[in-house]
Amino acid sequence: MLELLWLIPVLPFAGAAFLLLFGPRLGRAAVAAVGCGSIAASAVLASLIAVRFIGAPPAGNAYQQVLWTWIGVGNLRPDIGFHLDALSLVMTLVVTWVGFLIHVYSIEYMAGDEGYSRFFGYMNLFVGSMLTLVLGNNLLLLFLGWEGVGLCSYLLIGFWYTVPANGTAAQKAFIVTRVGDTAMTVGLFILFYGLGTLHIQEMLRRAPAEWASGSGMAIAAAALLLGGAVGKSAQLPLQTWLPDAMAGPTPTSALIHAATMVTAGVYLIARTHVIFTLAPPVQFAVAVVGALTLLMAGFSALTQDDIKRVLAYSTISQIGYMFLALGVAAWSTALFHFMTHAFFKALLFMAAGVVIEAMHHEQNIFRMGGLRTSLPIAFWIFVIGGAALSGVPFTSGYFSKELIVWSAWASPIGNQLLWGAAVAGVLLTSLYTSRLIFLVFFGNAHGHVAKRPGAAETIPLLVLAVLSIAGGYIGNRFLAFLNTALPAFEETHPPPVTEGASGMVATAALVLGVALAYLFYLRNRGWAEAAASGGLGRALHRLWYTDWGMDWFYDRVFVRPVQWAARVNKSDFVDAFYAGLAWLGRLAWGILGGTETGRVRWYAAGLAGGAVVLVAITLLL
Amino acid sequence: MILLWFIVILLAGGVGAWIAARWSANAARWVALAAVSLDFVLAIQLWISSLGQFDLFRRAVWIRELDVPWVPQLGIHFHLAMDGLSLLMVVLTMFLGILSVLASWREITEGVGFFHWNLMWILAGITSVFVAIDLFLFYFAWELMLIPMYFLIAIWGHGNRTYAALKFFLFTQISGLLMLVSILALAFLHQRATGVFSFQYETLLGTGIAPSTALWIMLGFFVAFAVKMPVFPFHPWLPDAHTEAPTAGSVILAGLMLKTGAYGLIRFVMPLFPDAARQFAPVALALGVVGILYGALLAFGQTDLKRLVAYTSVSHLGFVLVGIFSWNELALQGAVVTMIAHGVSTGGLFVLVGALQERIHTREMARMGGLWATIPRLSGAAMVFALASLGLPGLADFVGEVLVLLGAWENHRLVAVLATVGILAATLYALRFIQRAFHGPNIHQWQLPDLHFREAAVVGSMIAVLLWLGLYPRPVLDTFAPTSERLRQTNMYVRR
Repeated sequence: MLELLWLIPVLPFAGAAFLLLFGPRLGRAAVAAVGCGSIAASAVLASLIAVRFIGAPPAGNAYQQVLWTWIGVGNLRPDIGFHLDALSLVMTLVVTWVGFLIHVYSIEYMAGDEGYSRFFGYMNLFVGSMLTLVLGNNLLLLFLGWEGVGLCSYLLIGFWYTVPANGTAAQKAFIVTRVGDTAMTVGLFILFYGLGTLHIQEMLRRAPAEWASGSGMAIAAAALLLGGAVGKSAQLPLQTWLPDAMAGPTPTSALIHAATMVTAGVYLIARTHVIFTLAPPVQFAVAVVGALTLLMAGFSALTQDDIKRVLAYSTISQIGYMFLALGVAAWSTALFHFMTHAFFKALLFMAAGVVIEAMHHEQNIFRMGGLRTSLPIAFWIFVIGGAALSGVPFTSGYFSKELIVWSAWASPIGNQLLWGAAVAGVLLTSLYTSRLIFLVFFGNAHGHVAKRPGAAETIPLLVLAVLSIAGGYIGNRFLAFLNTALPAFEETHPPPVTEGASGMVATAALVLGVALAYLFYLRNRGWAEAAASGGLGRALHRLWYTDWGMDWFYDRVFVRPVQWAARVNKSDFVDAFYAGLAWLGRLAWGILGGTETGRVRWYAAGLAGGAVVLVAITLLL
Repeated sequence: MILLWFIVILLAGGVGAWIAARWSANAARWVALAAVSLDFVLAIQLWISSLGQFDLFRRAVWIRELDVPWVPQLGIHFHLAMDGLSLLMVVLTMFLGILSVLASWREITEGVGFFHWNLMWILAGITSVFVAIDLFLFYFAWELMLIPMYFLIAIWGHGNRTYAALKFFLFTQISGLLMLVSILALAFLHQRATGVFSFQYETLLGTGIAPSTALWIMLGFFVAFAVKMPVFPFHPWLPDAHTEAPTAGSVILAGLMLKTGAYGLIRFVMPLFPDAARQFAPVALALGVVGILYGALLAFGQTDLKRLVAYTSVSHLGFVLVGIFSWNELALQGAVVTMIAHGVSTGGLFVLVGALQERIHTREMARMGGLWATIPRLSGAAMVFALASLGLPGLADFVGEVLVLLGAWENHRLVAVLATVGILAATLYALRFIQRAFHGPNIHQWQLPDLHFREAAVVGSMIAVLLWLGLYPRPVLDTFAPTSERLRQTNMYVRR
């Protein structure tokens, strides 16, 4: 069974190739069948392999499969090869199954679209790339998947390409993530020269022997990998692309920009955890980046008026939690939150899609309201997803998030500030989530419902709703399984906070958030407007609404200077030098040509003058 | 003997096409296609038959060799020889040769016979450059490819063709003369040292020359090759020549002629002047990095589609220069893979831009936009080539660039970091190209025919090659490995 591993990424790739080459000639039913079928086959295969892997774990709790040597020069010998362990298996299962549900949802959501086969082709290509990313046994193959998902993200954000704004958002996403990738590439150089291989497991084995803890090389390598991770996972300071990425179709936002691709950075750090352990300052930086991002994005989410942008900032914030967990060495916990987040955030995005369809593609939450009665399914789904997102006790999000909050306190790396940030994040999360639900589903109705979800949309929603509620109960077994691939969490118990107390504080923060949202957005809607209209309130609102002004900053510091330089030098000033030479040549030709007058007198004078000069030179020298 | 056949078939194919054109234009096209296809088959056959013998020709220097005295009084031989590097370049020449004949099928309607004569003779000249191993013969071949290319641009080019052709001719001719001076100087110095007057490559290897003199002689070669590559600041001929040339001319210029410069550096400059080259390396590396970034910036600023693609060549060949002057196994392999990958990916872009120009009679991106809606296959193919150009893993350019960067990192970290930023810069121009031409609204209401069968076959085969080299570059790496090994050993040996 395990030897069929290679088929898991190859099936979606085959589906993509087929759809992109022949899709336009196929009927819609055939396109949907191929698009969903390839992912379904991959998901079933992944499950069978998972059963076999868990039932009878291979030696060393890992399985290797090498197809061929990709590049073979000197000691650079990366394979086209896959590595299956608990970490990649969990990622694979989530990517294939959540991916499959979103594909099914897309059958209905994209039904009327002209680019139906192109959409499914890109989505399949994405799943194939994502699986390559998580299964690749060396950093170069991981990078292939990494860039592949970036490409698909670009293609799908700009899917409705006739709208220039979509193209701008797509390019921004690709370029900003590639800024991170540039750092990551340099990190690969350091790792390759420092450790002599790019094969991940071999690298992790050699690293502790080659590099002392806190050595410059380890710190540089980890910092550069972190650069790649913050780009892909939309963390500070490269988070600016994700909110704009909401220009893509909603299933894309659910799959790529919530459930899977944006967590690639989390996977990368977990995958190369040994390097980060060897670089304590960078590991701490991971935690700080996570804590700052989860707060900053939480504040931004509070002020957005576009339903998808609220969810986008929420995604940034939740990935901040995952980074915080990674930073305090709670590796498996980060992956636990990745999984529950994939369930509830995909659910929320797809429910948002239902709302958007119902509202004639209106996305402004201030123009919605009262949908509780007219769209009951979407309402209950939103309540379930929102509860899991906020961490309401006994939903999946509760288990994973409480663990992270506790880890921020209990880890030897953790401290009060990180814990405080995590708790404050819980307050922010429940506040913006409740605000969203109150604004969209309560209050006065605006217009009538244009479309109600059919079976293809409803069934994936129900499945994910069940997972969002129940997905947390496997927690302990899940963590134990992941600990076969990742180091177990090293727990200390500094007083005064205990695990129970930490959970209670977080739950209190949650209740406070809901209560505030109730007061400001349901009971007295004037209060929120009043708060945002005062001097300080308005300034804060503006700051948070514009993502802390970072877009403005990047635009002035990077985008415009480059565009300006390209514009002024369009005709290449180096060419001016050669043009000048040519001009001098023509000038000389003109002057000398001017002496060719045809008058013998002038020629004779010239001869005589020349002779005089020559004689003078001879005499004088 | 087969080396001579490669050249003779092309020369004869050119003459044959000219004669056949009296009968019909299509006949000329078919004759040219047959000649270059025959060469392609022979080259592939030679490659496959030599694939198994890498260890053998690790000892024997050349896979095939032909040495006939030409002007014995002056020590000039008609000496052709082929190793892995030449073999790869010859295969690339024939592959792109076929594609350029096919790409000109409908574009060229006047003077078809003379056009194909020029095309075949350019290819013959390029092939000779890749296999000539006598320096005098090499210079002869170097000039042979120049003149028909001049005609190709000046006669079948677009608007500003006379200016472009003249500029191309002056740049390459003047720099070529510098090389001739260097070749003669080298031969005379060798005679003074050993008493033997010879232009033979293997004889001249290891000639002891005073370092200061060696630097000047090396610079003569370097400038000739640098103009051809082109290296910053010798690049300004390139955008004009590429833009004004007909499609086949652009494909051959970008895909092959630029590679003769890089080939010359690897084959002659590095082995003949190891010390001078090492001394000069910091300058060359700096020029390479500047070329990568400056070329990308210029490409980003263009509004003419063909000029944009032309400037990307400056950027990509910067990687090749960095690879060559880093002179270790990784970097050198990377330079060669980049040469081939760039030939195919940029060649593909020129084919598509040519196909687009045939349809809408402009290259100005402001006149495009939203073309995906009407020509999805052409747009999709352009996207693939653009992605190759920005170094997407899985396509050929990535393999070359990552090898160059890894190689450069060993001794020149700053160079490697700046060149890595160059890949980011490539993202800017590649995405802008796609956005401006194919995405956005179709404001000019274009309704165009999509790629037809012949064009799709050309483009499809190029995409297949990009994928093949991107995922399984081993055949290329293995073919060049013995040469790379030997070149570097020669250098080390000479250094002592």
